[in-house]
Amino acid sequence: MIPAINIQQVHKRFGNLHALKGIDLSIEQGEFFALLGPNGAGKSTLINLLAGLSRPTSGSLQVMGFDVYTQYAEARRALGVVPQELVFDPFFNVREMLRFQAGYFGRGRENDAWVDEIIESLGLADKAHTNMRRLSGGMKRRALIAQALAHKPPVIVLDEPTAGVDVELRQAMWQFIRRLNGEGHTIILTTHYLEEAETLCNRIAMMKQGEIVALDSTRNLLNRLPGKRLRLKLSGALPAALVPLLREEQDGDCILAIADVTQLESILAELRLAGVAVEDMQLTEADLEDVFVELVS
Amino acid sequence: MADFISHNLRGPWTLFKKELLRFWRVSFQTVAAPIITALLYLLIFSHVLEDRVQVYPGVGYTAFLIPGLIMMSLLQNAFANSSSSLIQSKVMGSLIFILLTPISYLGVYLAFLAASILRGMVVGLGIYLVTIIFIDLPVEHPGWILIFALLGSGLMGTFGIIAGIWAEKFDQMAAFQNFVIMPLSFLSGVFYSIHSLPPFWQKVSHLNPFFYMIDGFRYGFFGTGDISPFISLGVVAGCFFALSLITLQMLKSGYKLRG
Repeated sequence: MIPAINIQQVHKRFGNLHALKGIDLSIEQGEFFALLGPNGAGKSTLINLLAGLSRPTSGSLQVMGFDVYTQYAEARRALGVVPQELVFDPFFNVREMLRFQAGYFGRGRENDAWVDEIIESLGLADKAHTNMRRLSGGMKRRALIAQALAHKPPVIVLDEPTAGVDVELRQAMWQFIRRLNGEGHTIILTTHYLEEAETLCNRIAMMKQGEIVALDSTRNLLNRLPGKRLRLKLSGALPAALVPLLREEQDGDCILAIADVTQLESILAELRLAGVAVEDMQLTEADLEDVFVELVS
Repeated sequence: MADFISHNLRGPWTLFKKELLRFWRVSFQTVAAPIITALLYLLIFSHVLEDRVQVYPGVGYTAFLIPGLIMMSLLQNAFANSSSSLIQSKVMGSLIFILLTPISYLGVYLAFLAASILRGMVVGLGIYLVTIIFIDLPVEHPGWILIFALLGSGLMGTFGIIAGIWAEKFDQMAAFQNFVIMPLSFLSGVFYSIHSLPPFWQKVSHLNPFFYMIDGFRYGFFGTGDISPFISLGVVAGCFFALSLITLQMLKSGYKLRG
């Protein structure tokens, strides 16, 4: 099967800045894929190249087998992009905007039923005739997602779709995106909320300074950091013997990385020996954030 | 055939319809306002100069002025349509909705061009229909009127696209309008025949493409002008062609639009 996205040796330079340093990435059809990385890692640059909003310095990118430069019309028809910024056209209402957007992609009246379905599914039905500039931030975000879907693209890119979105909308949105993924749409997501990537995506690429530093299934990435996290609230300072286990300090609590629960006994013994009392204790699994910090920091 | 239409024509057609609706939704500002401005010019200039100036034999100053005002408004509005649409959508970020689509650079050009021509023609026609209620205006060669109206609005619509692509902020666009469009349109013979100017300024006027658009357009009404309409046609068509090539190249290369 042709990959939904195929990126080969892509470099992008802005003057002296080498924003992307030879990216190779293939995303299969039907995947729910996350692109993670700190600000400035190159995620949005990569998405802009895929969408044809900018051109690579070298290398090639294909969407559903179509080169984004030489076969741009086919490639763009296969791609729906939800931009990061809340942009909108202030002259039109939601339904008009969606019909225009579908029309740009060559779709006519036969597409209206799909437009109505998106409006319904994204909870925009009672705002369908409201001018875009009168929508609240959350509603604008829904309209942006609807616009990206108006031409029913097989590949959907969501660039930070939940930034500044309340919990209720976030959940409704993910439910709809999951449904689309279930129907066969390939979803590519960039987000700062790592728990979203962890629960939604089956594969993840982590980027740092224009390079992919990790590319694996979510499960394998989580297994990279075996063990657990022990959060301790102590009456005194952490004994020197335990400092090698210290991962970070949060709000005065010490977070230790341990291999398994059997280590717990020796840690408590060490604390007793040092005369430090445990005021509170919490044991959790390592999560994507830990992997992210490990790889990216 | 149906596939060809949906893949190649529906996109530009939709963009044209959107551009059309964009100015029509605010027609009070985009159509009614320029008509009223033109009528104010007409009222003031004709009141002051009607009995003092006669440009062509047998043609009153007010009648002389009307085609110039129609053409000036038509040109300015054709320019405003494409330039304001582009600069607004660039500043607001909504241009991305067009850049993400499969519409070709030629399709984008034709959609913006057609909408600009239409706005220019609507404003021009509006001024014509209102003024002929009060003034008796001959129409000697309607063909020339139509040709110069279409070419002029096309040229200025194209110029508007160039300005819209080039400008990054509203004040850059305002500078373009105030320092390029306004002087060229006021110094083009809208309010006077260039034969009334000293020889040096007559020569300078011949470097202004607005002069040819207005003189050719006026020739259609009176059958007389400062120069032959064929020369004007050549200059206007040549400028239109050259600007179209520049615009298509800018759109094709993604100049200031795609990084």
